[in-house]
Amino acid sequence: MKEQFTWEKIVGAVLMLFSVTALVILLLIMLFILDGGLPLFNKVSVFDFLLGDKWMPAKGLFGASQFIIAALLVTFGAVLISVPLGISCAIFLAEIAPPWAKSIVRPAIDLMAGIPSIIYGVFALIVIVNLVRVAFNVASGETILAASIILAIMILPIIISISQDSIESVPKLYKEGSYALGATDWQTIRRVLVPAAGPGIIAGIILAMGRAIGETMAVVLVIGNVEKMPSGLLSPGETLTSAILLEMGEAVVKSTQYNALFCLGLVPFILVLIMSILSSRLITKSKGRFA
Amino acid sequence: MESKSKIEVKNLNLWYGDKPALKDNNLSVKEKRVTALIGPSGCGKSTFVRCINRMNDLIDGVRITGSVLLDGKNIYDKDVDVVALRKMVGMVFQRPNPFPMSIFDNIAYGPRIHGIKDKDTLRKIVEESLVGAALWNEVSDRLGTNALDLSGGQQQRLCIARSLAVKPEVILFDEPCSALDPIATGKIEDLIHELRKKYTIVIVTHNMQQAARVSDYTGFFLLGKLLEFGKTRDIFENPKKKETEDYITGRFG
Amino acid sequence: MLSKTTDRLAKIWLWMSALAIILILLSVLGYIFINGIGIMSVSFLLDMPKNNWREGGILPAILGSLIVVFVALAFAAPVGVGTAVYLTEFRKEGLVTRIIRISSDALNAVPSIVFGLFGLSLFVFYLKDYTGGPSLLSAGLTLGFMILPTIIRTSEVAMRGVPYAERMESFGLGASKLQTIKNIVLPGAVPGIATGLILSIGRAVGETAPIIFMVALNPTVPKSLFGSGNTLTTQLYYLAMEGISMKVAFGTALTLMLVILTLNAITRVFKKRLSRNLRRG
Repeated sequence: MKEQFTWEKIVGAVLMLFSVTALVILLLIMLFILDGGLPLFNKVSVFDFLLGDKWMPAKGLFGASQFIIAALLVTFGAVLISVPLGISCAIFLAEIAPPWAKSIVRPAIDLMAGIPSIIYGVFALIVIVNLVRVAFNVASGETILAASIILAIMILPIIISISQDSIESVPKLYKEGSYALGATDWQTIRRVLVPAAGPGIIAGIILAMGRAIGETMAVVLVIGNVEKMPSGLLSPGETLTSAILLEMGEAVVKSTQYNALFCLGLVPFILVLIMSILSSRLITKSKGRFA
Repeated sequence: MESKSKIEVKNLNLWYGDKPALKDNNLSVKEKRVTALIGPSGCGKSTFVRCINRMNDLIDGVRITGSVLLDGKNIYDKDVDVVALRKMVGMVFQRPNPFPMSIFDNIAYGPRIHGIKDKDTLRKIVEESLVGAALWNEVSDRLGTNALDLSGGQQQRLCIARSLAVKPEVILFDEPCSALDPIATGKIEDLIHELRKKYTIVIVTHNMQQAARVSDYTGFFLLGKLLEFGKTRDIFENPKKKETEDYITGRFG
Repeated sequence: MLSKTTDRLAKIWLWMSALAIILILLSVLGYIFINGIGIMSVSFLLDMPKNNWREGGILPAILGSLIVVFVALAFAAPVGVGTAVYLTEFRKEGLVTRIIRISSDALNAVPSIVFGLFGLSLFVFYLKDYTGGPSLLSAGLTLGFMILPTIIRTSEVAMRGVPYAERMESFGLGASKLQTIKNIVLPGAVPGIATGLILSIGRAVGETAPIIFMVALNPTVPKSLFGSGNTLTTQLYYLAMEGISMKVAFGTALTLMLVILTLNAITRVFKKRLSRNLRRG
């Protein structure tokens, strides 16, 4: 009997060590990224980094605002395109779809979520870039818009899943009340269900935004990679993530450029963390609303 | 004075899949009177009442035969507009279910979906409905606040006001007080007493005393079938069937 | 009546939106298939690349992907399942479990390129004496860190899916906690854990950014974990980016997609079996 207890204690201790691994890794990431990035601010001020718009490592200029603006443009563009489509599809799945349709659409969405980002990138490189070039009559389709479109496709599964979940969580009581007053299906959906599911849907959008900001592979192949401030949706640009990818190969280890690239990584890191916290708070709030 | 029949139910049967829930029911609901339906739980009273505003249509696998005549027209005819039917026949549910919106928007919901957009008209309707539901005095100064902040009894009166706002002729109450405390229950019963002057009312209740207090006619349901129906006083003082008498004297249920 | 027409139009719109999603998926899949099927063959998968990837096969990349995913699983599976066991069987809900879960969720949200920077600085530079610098080992470990949260989450769900009553029965018969875990909980959770592992494999094999700095285009068969290598994803990136050979690029893409589709199909079969078991239980 005593032997059992000692074994149990040993196993428990080993498993506890395993469990802390996630926390340790997280802390290590913060440590190494900060270690790789903070030395930049010995040479360049935080303001110059965040607000400067000239990125010329050879001359010691590390202004990242054009990358930040490009990343924001690409993300907002992606959200603008995917949210209406995504919420519509979520409504379809939650309220309208007959079982046979659900059994096709849901697995399709799960499959979409599993397609590697590089595959989306290759698809976008040829199909979407050319589509943009032809449709908008520009010299090259490698633009912010192209990146927004492929990102929109990539974040659709997140928006659809979370929105569908939120809509289905709305208590049936509200639906019944609406129908009893003589409302049609669409009136009930538009005026009662979707507003009631609001916080959950927004949480999904925030999560999707986080995903979009952190995405690299699909973006880098289609955005044109020009280190200037983008002048609009149809101009090329370079996001924080694509800049890191492209320049790390040439950067000398531990040089200022190396530090600067790590700082470029800090921005999406912090943003995504904030968005995850926001979104999970919203999800908890929306689930508690109907208690 | 005998009033005329507002709703005539003839040979109503209902199945959930192949399980029968309502068996060959016949009932006559008198206009501008309160008709109560009593019986033990699960015997089909709620299902019956939901046939009158075709709420059972929303459930998968439901099959209905027979007819329900509203002002002489069968509501189950193919050319009947369900939306218009539910405007005429309102429903108040067991659990108060105000929408997660402001008090004003809750009551304005019905008129809005039926096409009324003018703000002044809406304001008038909201006030009339709240007065009619005996809630105006309590909430007139906070129409913009969230309806979910009201007490249970207030929420239920809000739901009644919401139904009144679409100007129905019939109001169905499906155990409206079972989630409320005695004081709130009393207020609703008083309200029903007032409402019968203008509306035809059917109330499902498992509370016999409530039925006795509030209704003009009572029907006793057992196992999906309407066993006995008549003036409330007759039912309670002189029940004709043994089962009715057993239920009323508390021998079961 | 206006509201009826709106209702009908709205429903048409909703059906169209679902159709649009299907069409988008079919375009992406179809595009890769149509362009890649030409070069696809058994020899393509088993041959070495020739002429700077303009001809020949992609064997090194396939082997590289296999090795990297294997390393990732070798790390993440025991640690992940172990964490799940700890969270469900050894600890009551409280501060510690919440911290572990929050760390896991936070880790899940870290952008893939940040993992790339992290893997670079930790495994390739700091620990280069132990990992061989930019090696398959470094890549595998970085990916292992990335998929850890997924394994933790799915394993925990799987273990919580085993009804508490079964644990109680086991204790009631005099079994110890370890015996109960080994004989009752883990076997019951296996389908769910397996699904989670397959999901993680899918994620690991499809990632590019975390390992792009560690495994470059390497035309030789990988000889050791500490040597450099190539994976399907990184190869695909370079071939497409540099425009070296679109034919081989599409072949690589198709190979990758076939792997993903197979894993996806396996997951679906498992999920069906899972729900059937739950219904019986």
